[in-house]
Parts: sequence; C-alpha cells; structure tokens
Amino acid sequence: MIVFLEFVARLVGWLVLAPLLPGIINKVKAWVGGRRGPPVLQLYYDLARLWQKGVVLSTLVSPGFIAGPAVAWVAVLGAALLLPLGPVGAGLSFRGDVLLLIYLLALARFCTAWAAMETGSAFEGMGAAREVSYAVLAEAAIITAVLALCVHSGSVSLATMLNPAAGAGAVLLAAGLFAVLLAENCRVPFDDPNTHLELTMIHEVMILDHSGPPLAAILHGASIKLLLFATLLVEAVVPLGGLSRPAAAGVLAAGVLVVTVGVGLVESLLARLAFRRVPLLLTTAFLLCLFALLVAWKGGAA
Amino acid sequence: MKALLLVLLPLAGAALAAVWPSDRTRPWLLPVVGVLHVALSLWLLFVPPPFASTAWFAFDPLARAVLPAVSLLFLACAAYAVPYLGVRAERSNRVFVATFLAVLGLLSAGHGARHLGLLWIATEGVTLAAVPLIHFNGTSRAFEATWKYLLVGGTGIALSLLGSFALGYASLYGGGSGDLTVAALASQGAKLSHPWVLAAWVLLLAGYGTKMGLAPMHTWKPDAYGEAPGIVGALLAGGVTTVAFTAVLRVREVVAASGSGAIADRTLLAIGLFSMLVSALFLLGTRDFKRMLAYSSVEHMGILAVGAALGAAGVYAALFHVWGNSLTKGALFLSAGNIRRAAGARTMDEVSGMSAITPHSAAIFITGMFAVTALPPFGPFFSELGIVRAAFGADRPGTAAMFLGCLLFVFFGLTRLVFAIVDGRPRAASRVTGQRFPETMSVIVPPLVLLGFSLWLGLATPAVLTEAWAGAVAQLFPTP
Amino acid sequence: MNAYLNLLIGLAIGLNLLALGSSRLPSLINAVAVQGMALGAMPFLLEEHINWMVALVACATVAVKGFVIPILLRRAMRTANIEREVVPSIGYVPSLLLGAGGTIAAVAFARTLPLLPEHAGSLLVPGSLASVLTGFVLLIGRSKAISQVCGYLILENGIYLFGLLLIHATPLLVEAGILLDLTVGVFVIGIIVDRIQRAFDSLDTRKLTVLRE
Repeated sequence: MIVFLEFVARLVGWLVLAPLLPGIINKVKAWVGGRRGPPVLQLYYDLARLWQKGVVLSTLVSPGFIAGPAVAWVAVLGAALLLPLGPVGAGLSFRGDVLLLIYLLALARFCTAWAAMETGSAFEGMGAAREVSYAVLAEAAIITAVLALCVHSGSVSLATMLNPAAGAGAVLLAAGLFAVLLAENCRVPFDDPNTHLELTMIHEVMILDHSGPPLAAILHGASIKLLLFATLLVEAVVPLGGLSRPAAAGVLAAGVLVVTVGVGLVESLLARLAFRRVPLLLTTAFLLCLFALLVAWKGGAA
Repeated sequence: MKALLLVLLPLAGAALAAVWPSDRTRPWLLPVVGVLHVALSLWLLFVPPPFASTAWFAFDPLARAVLPAVSLLFLACAAYAVPYLGVRAERSNRVFVATFLAVLGLLSAGHGARHLGLLWIATEGVTLAAVPLIHFNGTSRAFEATWKYLLVGGTGIALSLLGSFALGYASLYGGGSGDLTVAALASQGAKLSHPWVLAAWVLLLAGYGTKMGLAPMHTWKPDAYGEAPGIVGALLAGGVTTVAFTAVLRVREVVAASGSGAIADRTLLAIGLFSMLVSALFLLGTRDFKRMLAYSSVEHMGILAVGAALGAAGVYAALFHVWGNSLTKGALFLSAGNIRRAAGARTMDEVSGMSAITPHSAAIFITGMFAVTALPPFGPFFSELGIVRAAFGADRPGTAAMFLGCLLFVFFGLTRLVFAIVDGRPRAASRVTGQRFPETMSVIVPPLVLLGFSLWLGLATPAVLTEAWAGAVAQLFPTP
Repeated sequence: MNAYLNLLIGLAIGLNLLALGSSRLPSLINAVAVQGMALGAMPFLLEEHINWMVALVACATVAVKGFVIPILLRRAMRTANIEREVVPSIGYVPSLLLGAGGTIAAVAFARTLPLLPEHAGSLLVPGSLASVLTGFVLLIGRSKAISQVCGYLILENGIYLFGLLLIHATPLLVEAGILLDLTVGVFVIGIIVDRIQRAFDSLDTRKLTVLRE
C-alpha cells in the first residue's frame, strides 16, 4: 500500500512540477531582457485552455495523428518514472533500466515525428526530418554519456550508476549533457522555441497542425522531458548518495533550478546557430561525453 | 678547434656578406670562403684530428669521409655563382650570398654533430637558410615551390625532433641519463628501451628521410629543384641530402647498438628500393629537365639507403657513392643551368637542339648524364657496383635484381629526356636567348672540373679517401 | 603537481579540438596562443627547484608562443587583408572526429609504451601524440596558409610536450636552440606568406597548383 502511494505521489510530482520549468526559463529571459514577461505558471493556464478545446483533424490523417502524441506522452512519463531521485530511488528499478530509458525517449521522438508526417504536409515532413537528423547526433552523445557513467560505476542500473566522479570527468560530462539537454529540448542555440519563421524552425514545425488535447499532451510531454534531462544532469554531476533525504531533495531542487536558469541565460545571451553549424556543436557535445568516457575508463584502470 | 673553424668560417663569411656594401663585389666572397673551406677540410682529411667520442661536435671519421665532398661541391658552385650573379644583376644578391654561406656553415655543423639535438638544430637551420635561395627567382612558381618545401621539410624536421626525444627517453627508461650524444646512446647498447628505440627509428627515418628526399616524402624535391637556380639545386642535391644521410647513418649506429639493427636495415632497404622505383617511374613521365634532376636525386638517395642497409660493405659503397653523387650531380645541375638560361625554357616540348647553341654545356650535360647513370669509368659506376656486390655478399640477390632493374628504367628515362633536349634543330626563341647568355669559360669550367673529379674517383680512387671511408665504416660498425 | 600538470595538458587537448572546430582564423590563432602559454607554464610545475635557466626558457616560451608568434600571424592576416573564414578541405565535423579519434588512439597507444614510474600517471605522452596528430589534420585539412601555419605550431607544441619528459636530461641549451629555430621558422614562414599574398593575391594554397606532375 505504501509502495503504491509513493508511486502515485511520484507520478503526481512529475506531472505537476514539470510545467514550472518553461515558465522559469521564460521569466529569466524576460528578466534579462528587462521585461516583465508572462507569469511563471503560464504553461498551466495554456494546458488547461487547450484541454477544453476541440480537435481539428485533416481529412488525410489516420488515428496515428492522435495516438502519436498520446504514446509519446506516456513514453516520456515512463522514462521519468525510471529515473531515481537521489536517495529516494526510482519508481521502477532493474538491471539495464538505463537502456529502457533511452529507448522510451527514442520512442517518444518517433511518435512525434510520425504524428507530424500524418498531416501529409511537406512542411511538417521537413521538420520531422530535421528533428531526427539532429537526434542521431544527440543520441550518440547521450549514449556515450551513459557509457561513461556505466564504466565509472561498473553497473548498468540507473540507481547505482548515478554516482558521479569528481574532477575533470564530471566537468566534461556536465558540459556534454548540458549541450544534449539544449538540443533534445529544442532550445537555443539549436532551435528557437519562439520562432515561427518557417525556414529555421525544427521542433515547432512538427506540431503546427496539432490542436486541443493532443497539443496539450505534446507541450506537457516536452516539459516533462526538460525536467527529466535537468534531473539527469544534476544527478550525473552532483553526488547525492551520501546526503540525508531532505538535504538530497533540497540539493536536487536547487540543482534543477540552476540548470533551468542556465538554460534561460543561454537563451537570452546566445543567438540561434546557423543550420550548418548545428552538427558541429552536437559533435562537440558528443566528444565531450566521449572524453568523459575516456577519463572514466582511464581512471577506472589506474 | 680546426674542425670548429669549418663552421665558423662560413658563418663569419655570411655575416660579412650581410654587411658588404657592393652588390658587384659581394659574390667574390663565395669563392674566397669556398677555397679556405676546401683547404681546411682537405687538410683535416689528410691529417685527421684526434677527437673525443663524447664531444658534441667533432671532425670524426664519418664527417671526414663525407664533408670534403660537400666542400668541393660548394667551391665549384661558388666559382659558378660569380658569373651567375653577374648576369642576374637586376636582383640584390645580399640575402642570397649570405644565406648561401650560412648553408655551408650549418652543413659543416651538421656533418660533425655527434649530439642529436645539435644535429637537429643544424639541419633545421639548413632547411630555413635554404628558403631565400629557393625563391631567389621571385616568380610565383618559385614561391609555390618554397611553400611546399617549407611545409613538407618543416614537418619532416619536426618529426625528427620527436624521434630524437624518443631516443632520449629510451635511454632514460633504460636507466641512462638521457644524454643525446651518439656515443653515450650507443654505449648504453641493449639497455635502451626496445619499443622506444623502434618508435624513434621510425620517426627519425621519416624526418631525416624527408630531408634526404626518400619516397614517399620526396614531394618537395621536384618543385624546389625545378624552381631554384642551378647552383642552389646542386648544393641541395649534393650537400643538404648528404647531411641528412649522415644523420641517418648516425642514428642507425645507435639502433644497431641497441640490438635492432636488422629491423633498421630492413626498413632502410624497403624505403630505398621504393624510392628508386618511384623515381624510375616518374623519370619515364617527366618532360622538364630540371625536375628530371630532382627525380634522379631521389633515385640516388634510394641507392644510398639501400647501401646503408647492406652492412659494412654496403655502407662503404654508399660513402663512395656520396662522393660520386655530389660531384656528378653538381656538374649536371650547373650545366643544366647553362642550358636552361640559354634556352629560356625547361621542358622537352619547348627546348631542342641545344648542342648547337650551347655545345660545351650540352656535352657536359650528356657526359654527366652517363656518369650519373653509372657508366664506367665514372665514380658512380664503381660505387653502385660495390652496392650490388654487397647485396650478393649479404645473400640478397632479389635486392640486387630490383636495384639493377630500377637503374635500367632510370637510364631509359634520363636518356629519353636528355637527348630530346640536346639533339634536333634549335628553336627560334632559344636562338635569341642563347645570344643573350653566351657560354663563357667561367660557367663551363666549374661543372667540367666536377666531372673531372668524378672521373678521377672512378679511375684512380685516392688512397686517402678509401682509408677515410674504411675509417667511417669502422666507426659505424665497431668490432666487439 | 601531477594533477595540475594533467589539468594543463587536458586544457591543451581541449584547445586542439577547439582549433579543429573553429571556423574563423582569429579564434584558431587564439587557440594556438593559449595552448602555447599553457605549455610554457609547464616547466614551472615539473621542476622542483627553479633555476634561472629553466625560468628563462619557460618565460621565453610563453612570450614567443603566446605573444610574438600570434601577433605576427594576426598582423599577416590583417596586412594580407584576407577573409576570416578558415576554408577547410576536410570539414569541421570530420576533422573534429579525426582529432578525437586520434586523441583516444594516442591515449590507448601511450598505455602500451613503457614509461618511467614518475611519468606513468601523467598525460604528457598521449597529449603530445594527440597534438602531433591534430597538427597533421590541420596541415592537411586547411587550405589557408595561415591555418596551415597554426597546424604546424600545434605539431611543434606536441613535440615540446614530449620534450618535457626529458627536461631533467636535456641541456637547456638545446631547448633554447630549438625555440630559436622555431621562432626563426615562423618569421621565415611569415615572410613567405607575405610574398605569396603579393604574388598570387590570395593566401589560399589551393591556388598553388602550377607545379604538379
């Protein structure tokens, strides 16, 4: 019973807290730009509004157009439940769960791209193509990062893996994962979540034709993904294992806040990269993770 | 002390040339320094000075066996340079004369260097000092050649520094002091760390092999030799490559002392034969007679490498060949320079019938061509014969067969091009330029003298030289 | 001591990759300059007793590699009035991957080499090999003369790193001579760059194609 209650609490926690992050980012951007900006809870209002709206469907679409966002949302949420939260542990933990996490994220991406293709519009097909071609590079980076953690801890279970090294390896890993976070969540300098200029959009293109509850699922799923990556980044770099529960929760929350503010600052201070430079930056992120792997390997053997 | 003069004298001459006021009289510094240098090196050849094996710089048996040839070549080039710079009066020769002398000084330092660091500094210095010589003509093609020379040569020389350090580390790892003098390294013998010695050998062979122009690191050679004035080509082909060859010999001595001599010999043999093969193939295709000389130089470097790989007898023949190559190649470069000036062009498509316009130079060019392709009784014939005999002596008939096959193709390539240039009817354009640059005694005598030396080497090798070469072999192959 | 040294070498390796990934000449030159300064500081970390010769050579290295050569290159860039873009013939991503692969190979290779106990934990050998490889990639993969010079400098930096292994053994006279040669070399290259610019009206070495067989 207790286990069940804890699981529900965890689920509610992920669902409720996630939309805060985009709000914080927007607030930081507004603050740097000297504006008041939208309220922190703006995304909650948006989600509530979208949920009440009807759905506009093209005559071309199959049920996949609705199923895509739904499956993606469930997949991201599942991935979030696999992630352990410091000493509290994960909702579900087993040997090799890290692979499931990566696959669930990939499934979510596949479903979003699939739903985008369902519209039959060349424009959204282009967005999907861009999204997955960058994802190839970003996934290489994240898999390398996971490998680095595996090699360092000698385990393939998330609960024991997130036991970070101090020193150069952690710095490299943090930098690499931060770049991956930006890329995976379609943030500047990879993509601009605010743009509506057709030629430069990536992620936003894919969801242009969605409306109502499916769009709400997509937006909510995106915010969960952001929270997931921020948590993963903090846990991969800050050793939480030795702390007591309240202290760990405090450190984790502070870490996620720092990452979120960091994203906001990056977004305010950097311009979006030209398309042809994006692969270079992603390769750099990959290399950073690769060198973290190298440090873990060498450090483990010495 | 006298040995040190061999270095200081040309460098002092270079400094003097840099401040000499008159463009017209400055070139005379070249033959003056050349004569003094030849006198000094011949004196040291006949009366070898005692040397301490731990010294960084000494006129040791190896330097004694090689340096006088470079000195003689320099004198011939210097004598030729006076009339040459006279006809090139439109350009200031201050930098040319100064760096030409500096190259001689640094070459002498490199030949006598018994410390790998000093050796590296000298060869790098030669590489850099030769830069203004190569782009003396100031054409855009000359700058292109200079750029390639700098990049390829600089990289090669950087690799040899890395190799020197690796050898130093081999000594440190073996419990030595990391002293980079050849004597100290060789005395450590088998205590040197084996993997580091091998790494060092590969890097040093690649590095100094680039300077020698062994294929596949020879790419700078055709461009540099093709665009540089003839005297510069002669000094590069006969002097700079020689210092790199002595460097390879010195390193090989250390590697052999550490017990990896067989591996070193095998790599030298492979790279030498490969160079000969590459040059033979390119010689069959090239249409430019100055680039032809460059490929011929690649071939002769291959011959030296093959000789160095064949034990004591092979090294003896290779040292003999250094003399034959330096002197004969010098004659070829200088006569080619005469022909090039008179013809106003350098490819067999634009030049023919030069025996009518520059009969003496053409005759020297053809004779030199026969000498360099090892026709008896010139020096190169006997040295190459020595290498073939060494190959049979080392029970490597396959090597000897490949060696002779490459020589045959080289002969085809050279005769094809040389006779196309010398024979036939002169072109109208060449008749005009030929009158502007008539043959004078001063541009014919230096190559003729060099050719005479080559003939003398073949007909009656002076006893002092055979004794010097045997001394160098004894130094490189110490009997235990 | 060793940890700080490794940190500096790690910085140098990171700068290698930065140099491979940078698309503008000024940032390439800056990467080379910072790398040179990092290298120049290393003798202070290696030597327990700083004597005046070591200090002199180290300061000279910092001055030459960190200031003199970069200033020369920047001046050549400005006077030649060339575009700031690097113009790669091997793209940035492939060259980055080559550089990273080379770095990993260098680390793996260095583990197979026998090292003295005092060097076993240090990154000197892999860092040196990685820089040499990076230099080669830049030499081959960039077509502007100045970026090739930068590649050559990184190659030299790699050799310098290796030379630090021998710092107790090699007389500093040799190190000084090597530094002098390097400086003269860059001066000469600078002069040639200037002449090529005047002769070809460009510093793109792909235009140097008259001489070929």
